[in-house]
Amino acid sequence: MKEPLVLGIESSCDETGVGIVRGTRLLANTVSSSMDEHVRFGGVIPEIASRAHLDAMVPTLAEALETAGVTLADVDALAVTSGPGLAGALMVGVCAAKALAVATGKPLYAINHLVAHVGVGLLDGGVYGGELPEDLGALLVSGGHTEVLRVRNIASDVELLGSTIDDAAGEAYDKVARLLGLGYPGGPAIDRLAKDGDPRAFRFPRGLTQPKYMGSPESPGPHRYDWSFSGLKTAVARCVEQHEAAGKPVPVADIAASFQEAVVDVVTSKAILACREHGLRNLLLGGGVAANSRLRELTAERCAAAGISLAVPPFSLCTDNGAMVAALAARVIMDGRSPSELSFAPDSSLPVTTVSA
Amino acid sequence: MILLVIDTSAIASAAIIRWHEDEPWGAVLAQFATEDTKSHAEVLAPGIDALLLEQELSGSDIDRIVVGVGPGPFTGLRSGIATARALAFAWSTPLAGLMSLDAIAWDVLAGARPPASEFVVATDARRREVYWARYSARGVLLEGPHVAHPDALPALPVYGAGGGIYREKLEAADAVVVGEFESAQPTAASLGLAAVERLARGEELLDTAPRYLRESDAKVPGPRKRAL
Ligand SMILES: [Zn+2]
Repeated sequence: MKEPLVLGIESSCDETGVGIVRGTRLLANTVSSSMDEHVRFGGVIPEIASRAHLDAMVPTLAEALETAGVTLADVDALAVTSGPGLAGALMVGVCAAKALAVATGKPLYAINHLVAHVGVGLLDGGVYGGELPEDLGALLVSGGHTEVLRVRNIASDVELLGSTIDDAAGEAYDKVARLLGLGYPGGPAIDRLAKDGDPRAFRFPRGLTQPKYMGSPESPGPHRYDWSFSGLKTAVARCVEQHEAAGKPVPVADIAASFQEAVVDVVTSKAILACREHGLRNLLLGGGVAANSRLRELTAERCAAAGISLAVPPFSLCTDNGAMVAALAARVIMDGRSPSELSFAPDSSLPVTTVSA
Repeated sequence: MILLVIDTSAIASAAIIRWHEDEPWGAVLAQFATEDTKSHAEVLAPGIDALLLEQELSGSDIDRIVVGVGPGPFTGLRSGIATARALAFAWSTPLAGLMSLDAIAWDVLAGARPPASEFVVATDARRREVYWARYSARGVLLEGPHVAHPDALPALPVYGAGGGIYREKLEAADAVVVGEFESAQPTAASLGLAAVERLARGEELLDTAPRYLRESDAKVPGPRKRAL
């Protein structure tokens, strides 16, 4: 099929997304978020997200179809995030997508969420416009994931080079924001406050950067391109406690700036290292934390220094959405791959090597 | 009139029912039901697809969709409701809900030895609790659905898998677990027949909001303790 009309559904975390694309052209990207319902908990509560998905699914679907000016009958194929993500949340999108497949008889593609974050780069106006460059790496940073990928063929050959071994970077932002009394979500709040602080005021740890984890290019250690943010969060907590115990005011802006610098420094240095050592000369930055001003700045700076071209999709395509699912599925279809069986199961820890189940 | 009925409040099941609108009974044309309570997202859509194929029906032949709205474990329950809502949207078919325990109550009344007294229907709510409701001897819902520890149930005959799992506790509370029904689960076929009975009496069905009966378990974190 040359330019398939694809409807993609996303429900892996707290955004219910339905996107519609024709080949590489974006026709609709409708997102309903339950973020407001998680604020008082300081993080995404899976059951609350799942309940919200159930109620948002059909209205989001209807709105996306209307925006695109197409009907379900016009659609050539359906696509849905089958993982990774929150199991109960994935289930809602998968059941809705399967039901649409039964109702319409259209083929359904089960799509990998992480690879779909890269797939937005295929969209016209999605930075690469139709064709991904060779030697492509992707750095994905969000509240749910922190990964660096190598993309040889987005429809069939994707490899995980590194990832967080504990919290996602966005999760660390949320936890630290809570420590500093800044509310949820933590990313924007810390990013704002950090502008008034000194990033060198405190030297917070960069996880998994010791030689025993890094090894050498010839003999890589066990976590050369991996991250860990739990120690960083503990260090921030201790710093806050020390000020309180001494009866001194907590230097919130300095802590925010120093924390942000620690995250962004270690995220970018390891990602660039992975790119350099794998000959990746193009890097796509995606995920909700791609909106962070310091992350964008330092990634751009270090990419430039390493001779790597950097692409950052528009923010509405960086956060979780259905358009990325549809965009990737369209490419999978154009590559001539078969649709998924109706009996596939959502997989909360789907590996990136499975682009489409 | 052709009804497509779905229930995933415990096991996953679907049925196609034919009903003449002036009659209080329907005919189950085809049905499927799983034994386990964990594979809903995998089996439900292929199961419905197979029923339609077997009956040579397309979406435009379905006049109404009825879905069990629980009570039931959250994720499984949502599978059926998400499926029903998406089918109804795609086909522009009227959609309604029905309380899932009504399916077992219908089976009780249709069984060989219907009870002479009020009775209770109970299913497994996990976490050592049951979902339950109390019915009149004629099958009218009197109370519930609730979620509770088995020892909180009234001293009445108990029908359904909740009875089999918590037999000792129920008997200690003077309830009587009915042996033939000790592993009975709500099925779409029975739920559909219960729906037909209601509709024939001119009663409304429910909306499709899930009857979770439990909060999401999320706790608002308390204020952080300050170091002194
Ligand atoms: Zn994501």
